[in-house]
Amino acid sequence: MTIAAPAVAPATKTDQLLNFQDVAMTFPNGTTALSGVDLTVDRGEFVTVVGPSGCGKSTLLRIASGLTPATEGVTEVDTTRIGYVFQDATLLPWRDVQANVELLAELNGVPKAKRRVTAKEAIDLVGLTGFEKHLPKTLSGGMRMRTSLARSLTLDPELFLFDEPFGALDEITRERLNDELIKLFTEQQFAGLFITHSVSEAVYLSTKVVVMSGRPGKIVDTFPVDFPFPRDPEIRFTAEFAELCGKVSHALREGHH
Amino acid sequence: MTTAPPTAPKNRTMMRPATVKTSRKKSATWVPPLLVALGIIAVWYLVSYVFLDEQRRFLLPPPHEIFTDAFFQPDVISDIMVALGRTAVVALVGLAIAIVIGVAWAVAMSQARWIERSTFPYAVILQCIPILALVPLIGFWFGFDYPARIIVCIMIALFPMVSNTLFGLQSVDKGQRELFQLQKAGRWTVLTKLEFPAALPAIFAGMRISAGLAVVGAIVGDYFFRRGEPGLGSLISNYQSRVQSAELFAAIITASLFGVVIFAFFGWLGKRVVGKWYDFSAS
Ligand SMILES: Nc1ncnc2c1ncn2[C@@H]1O[C@H](COP(=O)(O)OP(=O)(O)OP(=O)(O)O)[C@@H](O)[C@H]1O
Ligand SMILES: [Mg+2]
Repeated sequence: MTIAAPAVAPATKTDQLLNFQDVAMTFPNGTTALSGVDLTVDRGEFVTVVGPSGCGKSTLLRIASGLTPATEGVTEVDTTRIGYVFQDATLLPWRDVQANVELLAELNGVPKAKRRVTAKEAIDLVGLTGFEKHLPKTLSGGMRMRTSLARSLTLDPELFLFDEPFGALDEITRERLNDELIKLFTEQQFAGLFITHSVSEAVYLSTKVVVMSGRPGKIVDTFPVDFPFPRDPEIRFTAEFAELCGKVSHALREGHH
Repeated sequence: MTTAPPTAPKNRTMMRPATVKTSRKKSATWVPPLLVALGIIAVWYLVSYVFLDEQRRFLLPPPHEIFTDAFFQPDVISDIMVALGRTAVVALVGLAIAIVIGVAWAVAMSQARWIERSTFPYAVILQCIPILALVPLIGFWFGFDYPARIIVCIMIALFPMVSNTLFGLQSVDKGQRELFQLQKAGRWTVLTKLEFPAALPAIFAGMRISAGLAVVGAIVGDYFFRRGEPGLGSLISNYQSRVQSAELFAAIITASLFGVVIFAFFGWLGKRVVGKWYDFSAS
């Protein structure tokens, strides 16, 4: 939990956590969601995927997490510590924040005393201290998402998958959670694979933006982002930032036949 | 970048308008049924005194006679209370068994597709067959005493338990299932930590319906069998054949009140157990 040096492509550790080669996914009903996807996520990277709705972004994450096997190609994931944050918080409504955050450790058979401590740490990390006894229905959307983040953090993930986690939140909350996520990323040293519809969110968060085409999803372009971490919110108003967003948007439009 | 911890007083101020609202809502829910009751009593008197002449007034004795001729008659009320006790035993035992069988059956169906496919149709059939026609048969098969009454009661009360529990178990959110799947949780863990808790609101809703039906079931068997220690069913049957209409109405009202009481009890129990996180008013 110590603050890491800027996480951009550390020269010491370049091992790949995730390696997809020529991955394709065709569902039993004949829908081809992905085709010929090559993608790598290295330690220290935060990769963001943008692409039109229905192009197979969620499918990509489901394959990475092991929920669904790909129908073609090589899918190597070099860790079992995978965090997965879904689009909605998927909290268990009968459990309070503490018990929800403890869930994954509980399912993995971690003893009670230990998982209580781990959960408490995660709750503190996402800024929910004091809300341990609250039930999900009494939380705001942003707080639910934080709880969901904390729940995955208890796994101490090496690879963190995010499926449009902040898509349902208002702009202010979203920007705030973006900053908190960047802080977590620099402190906790996981690699990220993040899906979003928002180009500026993609550029702001990541070390690499990957643009996908419409269905069947292919990777049409990749943009490295090298603003230093932790990111200064003010970079959003710089010309460089705007230019990069412009390029990503452009690639998106090109790919969207 | 950090969020402020919650402040307790903030919640306190939030609480107040909420309580005011609930009490207002409560009175609002009580007033209309009360008005309906008054309306019914008025019509009842009207029919008793205006539409029926004296010789035929026994068809619908005026409401107060139900009290003066039945509830306030020590021998009548003690008959009714003793019968109610027996009926209550049958209804509660039948309901308990229906709950256990219903939940177990639904859990089995949720665990194995083939069990659902091969047995759910019979749950539906059980619901659809005219139980009244079966009642005499059940008497022949199982005798005419408590066990037979309990069986009739179970048959009538079972279906809502089965279908509600199954529905509850199967309506678990897909994302929540995947959450468990990602941790490689076993079936038993998924059942106990996810499906069962998620099904509790539906199970309690089923219990409420079954509770009402169990009272009906306990009376129906007894009404037809008229053997062994008389419960409310036998009593109603006797009052009918002797045209003791005030007593008859008293017995029917007692049975209904008992049904309402256990219906309300399960509503209360459900609120106690899952009301904290589940909003019953939404369903
Ligand atoms: N189990 C499935 N069976 C058949 N088709 C599916 C299945 N899951 C997804 N699809 C289809 O695959 C395509 C990609 O779906 P996916 O959910 O990955 O898209 P997405 O990029 O995440 O979209 P969105 O941005 O709207 O979340 C869609 O056309 C979808 O209808
Ligand atoms: Mg998606």
